[in-house]
Order: sequence, then C-alpha cells, then structure tokens
Amino acid sequence: MSDFPRWKYALVALVMLFGIIYALPNAFPPVPAVQVTANRDAPPVNQALQQKVEAALAAKKIAVTDVFVDGDQLLATFPNSDVQKSGLDEIKAALGDGYTVAFKLQSNVPGWLSAIGARSMPLGLDLQGGVHFLMQVDQKDVIEKQENSYADDIRSLLRQKNIRYESVTRNAASGQGIAVILRSADDRKTASDAIANEYADLNVADGASTGDRFVLNVVVKPEKLRELARGAITQNLGTLRNRINALGVSEPLIQQQGDSRIVVELAGVQDPTEAKKLIGAVATLQYRPGIGQPGDARAVEAARTGNIPPDANLYYMRGDNRPVLVSKQIIVTGNQLVDASSGIDQQSGTPKVDVTLNAAGAKKMGDFTNANVGKPMAVLYVEQVYETKVIDGKEVRVPKITETVINDATIQSPFSKQFQTTGLGSPKEASDLALLLKGGALAAPMDIVEEGVIGASLGQDNIDKGFKAVMLGLALVLLAAAVYYKLFGLVADIALFFNLVILLAVMSLIGVTLTMPGVAGIVLTLGMAIDANVLICERVREELRNGSSPHAAIRAGYEKAWSTILDANVTHLIAALALTTMGTGAIKGFGVTLMIGILTSLFTSVTLTHAFTAAIHGHRKLKTLSV
Amino acid sequence: MEIFNHDSNIHFLGMRKYTIAIAIFLMVASIGLIMFRGLNYGLDFTGGVSMVVDYQQSVEIADVRGALEKGGIHNAMVQSLGGTREVSIRLQPKDDPSAVDANGKINLDRIAADVMKVLQVARPDAKLKSRDFVSAQVGQELRSDGTVAAVFVILGIMFYLWIRFERRFAIAAVITEVHDTLVTLGILALVQREFDMTVLASVLAVIGYSINDKVVVFDRIRELFRLARKAEPEEILNRSINNTLSRTIITSLFTGITMGALYFYGGTAVHGFAVTMLIGIVVGTLSSIFVASPILLWLGVSKKDLMPVTKENPELARRP
Repeated sequence: MSDFPRWKYALVALVMLFGIIYALPNAFPPVPAVQVTANRDAPPVNQALQQKVEAALAAKKIAVTDVFVDGDQLLATFPNSDVQKSGLDEIKAALGDGYTVAFKLQSNVPGWLSAIGARSMPLGLDLQGGVHFLMQVDQKDVIEKQENSYADDIRSLLRQKNIRYESVTRNAASGQGIAVILRSADDRKTASDAIANEYADLNVADGASTGDRFVLNVVVKPEKLRELARGAITQNLGTLRNRINALGVSEPLIQQQGDSRIVVELAGVQDPTEAKKLIGAVATLQYRPGIGQPGDARAVEAARTGNIPPDANLYYMRGDNRPVLVSKQIIVTGNQLVDASSGIDQQSGTPKVDVTLNAAGAKKMGDFTNANVGKPMAVLYVEQVYETKVIDGKEVRVPKITETVINDATIQSPFSKQFQTTGLGSPKEASDLALLLKGGALAAPMDIVEEGVIGASLGQDNIDKGFKAVMLGLALVLLAAAVYYKLFGLVADIALFFNLVILLAVMSLIGVTLTMPGVAGIVLTLGMAIDANVLICERVREELRNGSSPHAAIRAGYEKAWSTILDANVTHLIAALALTTMGTGAIKGFGVTLMIGILTSLFTSVTLTHAFTAAIHGHRKLKTLSV
Repeated sequence: MEIFNHDSNIHFLGMRKYTIAIAIFLMVASIGLIMFRGLNYGLDFTGGVSMVVDYQQSVEIADVRGALEKGGIHNAMVQSLGGTREVSIRLQPKDDPSAVDANGKINLDRIAADVMKVLQVARPDAKLKSRDFVSAQVGQELRSDGTVAAVFVILGIMFYLWIRFERRFAIAAVITEVHDTLVTLGILALVQREFDMTVLASVLAVIGYSINDKVVVFDRIRELFRLARKAEPEEILNRSINNTLSRTIITSLFTGITMGALYFYGGTAVHGFAVTMLIGIVVGTLSSIFVASPILLWLGVSKKDLMPVTKENPELARRP
C-alpha cells in the first residue's frame, strides 16, 4: 500500500531534475577575459582590430586562449588572472585612448544550458573582485542653485507685495548671497521685513546705498548651507543607489566618504564603462516655457546674429539641430520628478517617457499649463560628462555640458501630476532617458576622482574557503544524520543534498549575487533544513514506541510533524524577510539566501523525503522501521 | 541510535524559580554590558580611515599586515586593489589614539603619516596615494535599519503566533526572543568581538533560529493540551519539553556542527557570523527548555484557551 500519490512522485522527480540542470552552470567557472569597446570617436571593433590585438599579444608572448569579436566588443580570454592582467596592459598600450579596455569574466557555460536560461550565480566583490569608484560631489553647484531659487522667490514675493525693485541678482561668488536693489529706504525696510518674515533661512542686512540705489544683502544662513550640503550628499547617495540598481548590480556598496565624496563598489562588475557612464552622467530635465516654434524665423535670426532676447536662451533641438528659443524661467526640474517610465505612445507610435511629478512640481506644472494652453513648452535635457584632458602635462578633469531641447510641444490641455514626453529618437533612447530620470536627478554634480578594480586573488581565496566550509558542513551533517537515524537519516541526507542543489539552482535562476555572507546563509540553511527531518524522525520513533504499525507510524509521523514544521518555518521566514528588507548589501544577500533556503528545505525535507520513504517502504510488509 | 532517553521526565518547571532568576540576571547583566562596556562596532558601523598605498615593486598583502602589526597598528584591514602594487588599508581611528583630538575629531593627515611611517620602515618604496575618512553616517543608518529589522521580526512573529496559537504564546515567545537577543549581544559585548555587518545579520538570524525552537515546544504544548483529558498546565508543559527535548538538542547539534565547519574553514570573513550563531544556538536552546515555558505557565495558559474555536451564538454572547 502506498498513500503517496503518483503525481507527487512526478513532481519530486521534476524538481530534482530542475535543480540539477539549473545548478549545473555553477560547475563551469567563468574564464578571465579582457574586453575592448570602442569609444565614441574611435573606429568600430572589427577584424582589423582583432588582428592588431593578436599581434600585440604575440609580440610579448602572452598566452591568450582566444581572441574574437562579439557584437560591438572584442574579447580576449586568458588561462588565468595573472596572464589576464599583463594581457590587459599590453592591449591597452597597443590600442591607445580610442578604446576602453577592461577586465571581464567571460561565461564558460555550455551553449545548451544558456539556451534554456541556466546560468551561473554572479559572484560578489568579496568573491571575485570588482570595480570601485570614488566620486567628488560639487557642493558649490547646490548652493548656486539654491541661491538662484531664492532670488526667484524674492522677486515674486516683492511683486506680490507690490514693492518696486530695481533688480534681484545673485552675487557671482557662490555662498555670497543675493543683492536686492530697491528704489527707496522705505521700500527697503518693507522688503527686508517681508523677506525675513517669509524665509526663516535667510539673513537680511542693509548694504551700502548710492543715490537712489538702496541695497539689501540677503545671505543664506550657514546652518541652512550646511543642511543643503548634507542633503545634497544624501540625495546623491539615493540617486546613485537607484541608478546602480537599474544597472542590475546587486549588493552595491555606496557609502559616503568624508564630507563630499561617495565611494561605490560594484560586485561582479569587471567592466566599469557602463557603470561610469551612468554614474558620471548628470542628466536633468528642465521644463521651460517655449518662445515660438523650433526653427522659426525668430530663432534662426537669433542664432545668426547672436542677438538673444534677455529673457531667453538659445538651444538646438536634439537630432535635427534646429535653433529654438526657450524662456529662462524654469517650471519644473528633474528634482521634482517622482517616476519616469518608457513606452510607445499609442497615438503617434513614437517612443515616449511617462513622467510623474511630486506635489510641489505638480502644483507648479498645473499653474503653468492652466494659464498657457496652446502655447509651447520645451523640455531641456542637460547632460554633464566629465572628460580628462592633459593640460601642461597634468591630467585635468573638464566638465562638458551639453544642453539640448529634446521636445518642444504645444500644451494641449492643462496637466499637472502625470504627463508624457514624446518625440524621442528611439525606444532605446526613451528607456535610457527614463532610466536616468527615474534614478532621480543628482542634487549636485559629481565626478569620478578615483577608480580601481579589486583583484580577484582575494576572491579566489574566499571562494575556496567558502566551498570547503559548505562541503564540510554538509558532509558532517550527512554523516551525523545517517548514524543517528539510519535509513531515515539516509533519506534525509538525500533531501539535504538536493536542498543544496535546488537552493543553488533557484539562486542562479533569480540571479542572486553570491557573497561570503551568502555562503554563510547556505551553510546555516543546511544546518537548519535538517530540523524538519529531525522532527519527522522523532515523531515516527514516538509513534512506533506508542505501538503503531510501521506504515501507520510513517503516516502519523509526517502528518503530525507537518503542523510543527509549518509553524517553525513560517516564523523563521518572517525573520528572513526582515533581513531582506534591510537596505544594506551584505545582509540582504544573506537574507535572500536564507529565505530561498527555507522554502526549498520545506519541499525537500518534507515532500521529497516522503516520496523516498514511500517508495522504499510502500509495498512491503514491515515489521520494523530503520529509524 | 538514541542519545537521549525518550522516557526522560526531568522536572524542568520545578526549577523555574532558579531558571527564571538566572535568565533575568543574564538579561540585566547583558544590558549592563551593552551599556557600559559597549559593543565593539566594526568599520561598517563606525566608519574609519581608508588609505591607498602604492608600492614601486610588488608587495604581499601579508607583509603589509605584518608591517602594520609590528608598528603597533592592529586590526587594520588590508586589501589588494587590483594588481600587486596597490593596497588599501582601512583602520579605526582608535587604533591610533594620538590622531584623535579632545573633541573626538580625527586628524586624518596624522593617521596617514603614522601608517606611512610604519610601512616605510619595512618597505621604503611605499607611497601614499590617497587618504580618506569613512563617515559614520552609513553606520548610523545601518544601526537604525538593524533595530527596525529586529523590531519587525519580533512583532511579525508575535502577530503570527497570536493568530496561530494564542496571546500568551505570542507574549512568551517575544519575551524569550528579547532575552535571547540581549544575551547574545551581551556575550558579544563581554568578549568584545568585532560587531560588523555579518554579525548583525547573524544576530537577526539568531532570532529566527531561536523562535524555531520555541515554536516546536509550543506546538507540542498545544497538542497535549488538546489531547489531555485532565490538563494540569504544569504537567503538560513539562511533558512537552521532555517530549521535544531530543529534537531540540539534536537540531542544535546539527546546526552547531555546520557553524563549526564555517568557523574553522570559512575564513576570517565569516568568523564573526559563525561565532555569533554558535552563541545564539546555545542561548536559544537553553531558553527554549528553561525560560519559554515557565513564562507561559506564569501567564496562565490553560486547556480552554487552546481548544479549536467553536462558533458561539451571538445572541447568547450579547446577553449579560
């Protein structure tokens, strides 16, 4: 007799097969490789480049396994990481600055496994090395931005209070405040009171007056400046986190260093180019009122003569380079953007970005669009990329700011919180833009001042130790269970082994980055997974002692133990869940491992062992059980 | 094979006065240790100084560590930064007390100078490439995240047990949880093991592990209460502990074995994790046997609280 249904045998067999197949890629460690990609201006990667690289390596007698072109990159694989390093140096020297040459770990998984989506687990920084960046945050920019914003606010306040003023200008040096020039001493007094009342963060003082120019010096309070600096770093940290998450790097370490620097460590990334592009680029959107249409007579005239109206800036449209005049007034900036996602606009069929604003941004946008239906609104895309130039023999980092209007559309109807930006060049451009926007704007521009690749030797050391610990832990528990519970222990051993296999399979499939804490989580899971079997075996023993027949004991053992196992695992799962919600890289990796381990162990130690136990004992008459 | 006599009938609850007294003492002592001796927070929490040192010729990480140790700078983390000539050294400001002024401000230049002096004694070709100070802000974030996570775990578990069992079980479990966490932290404070990120993960895992243990005993208590005709709480609780004793200890042994393997073979990166887990296993196992059930008894658990809920007539309930 067997109370174990056929379909469950099938399920168990299927899951075991799944586990073996999807855990298998981890048995093929990736090979050290060097990756070459062409920079914007360099000729693309092709056969000629491949021959050049091969020749350069051959000239220095560097043992290279393979050199081949893969899409828009060239890959050279090496027998080990030492050769990889000298290979990289050689290739770099041979190719010059036109190409980005980087370390890479090239997957070695057989094609048929990759074809069904099986891949090996990415390894963390502590297991394979990775890239690390140090970034300098430009605090000056934050202060200037804030002062500009205060200047705008003061202007509208003065207008609102009907105080006549000559000018409100920010002093050229940042942190030096704003000069408000009024026409009478009385006006100055009222203005001074109004500003002091409205803005608690500003210090107002009378300045030197000449003739009918009454100067009021407005300075942002030092504690506010400090707060701004702190806020800028915090926002940049958050923005970087989002950008890097979008990059698909799990367990990134993003930490503040000192007052104005941010360090980023990307585990598993051997190619810093993509990350650098995302980290280095400062992309912000500015929504501004448009003046006329792109390419209209006024704009062309302004571009030709250089005579730009005082309240406007001249920009060019992205793509066709038509000149366009855009008001200096900023309606909404990227700071006020909550979400951006790309898609295809149903009406025009062009790529679009859906944008959601926060409450403050929504209000400003609502106010503006309500009053300006039928008028144009331009979207200005400001991108800042730092370039290294050699001046007087020294490397100097020069910011390159590109400002292009990506969209100049007529406001069809008032909108505020949610709207779309259409007319982007390609779906890729739309998704790239959405990615950068969703990452949020950086509160202050940053540039990379230090960068490095963490060596793999330390990682290899950790891999070896971790592997040893897992195997030894597994072996000891297998032995102990077999000795203590005999046949039932052996069945539990099979389950435990498959628990490890399925755990690895699931982790690989999800793409969890394996770190040392993750390895600790695996070992802990192995130690605790056996608990369910201990519960079952103890129950079966108990039932036997109470005089049940062997078959009845097995049935009752599994039935009664189940509720306990469930309760114990659910509570344990709650704990693991809390670990995964913690933002920090290492702990998260550990929590995810633990959580998957609890779920897989529920299956292996209950369903899988039950299947084996039923298959072994099912059709035989039993006098005793080996437990 | 059996290590434990399945007929064991140790009167655990008879010792409850002593065991609870010991538990309270341990908790108070732990709180005292944490408050006055303090946890030895690692770089993850405190921030610290990090330096990149460049060598003209290639250098062994072990040699750099050796040079630092010899120069009296202990606990520095030395890592290779790609290649064999560049190393990163991270250390606590407190490792170089002369560089911290009266206001607790850290003199980064001074630390860097001290470290370089030591390194150049061993290898004159060592050159400081960059020096930086890791802020404590991330550590603060981590600490508050950790506290939030711990509170979340404890409340989540309490909620689940309240639904699945009964109020008293939830309370007893949470009190024991708090006891286990505190005592584990207390021991860490006592031995001054470095408290870094992996140790925090381990402490949170201890909460998960020890609740596992308690739930198994509680499950048996519920079962016995429901089965027993005459349910003398003290006797039921005692029988439950004895019935599950073998399982409690075997599971702890098995988990302990794996953590031992991790400690001895997993390398320094997981030492803290394994040790914390081992402490937690011992504390959690003991409290499952000696602490959780006495609290349950003290809270006044009874058979009628645990019977499956039968639908009551709302009419009857409303009448006085």
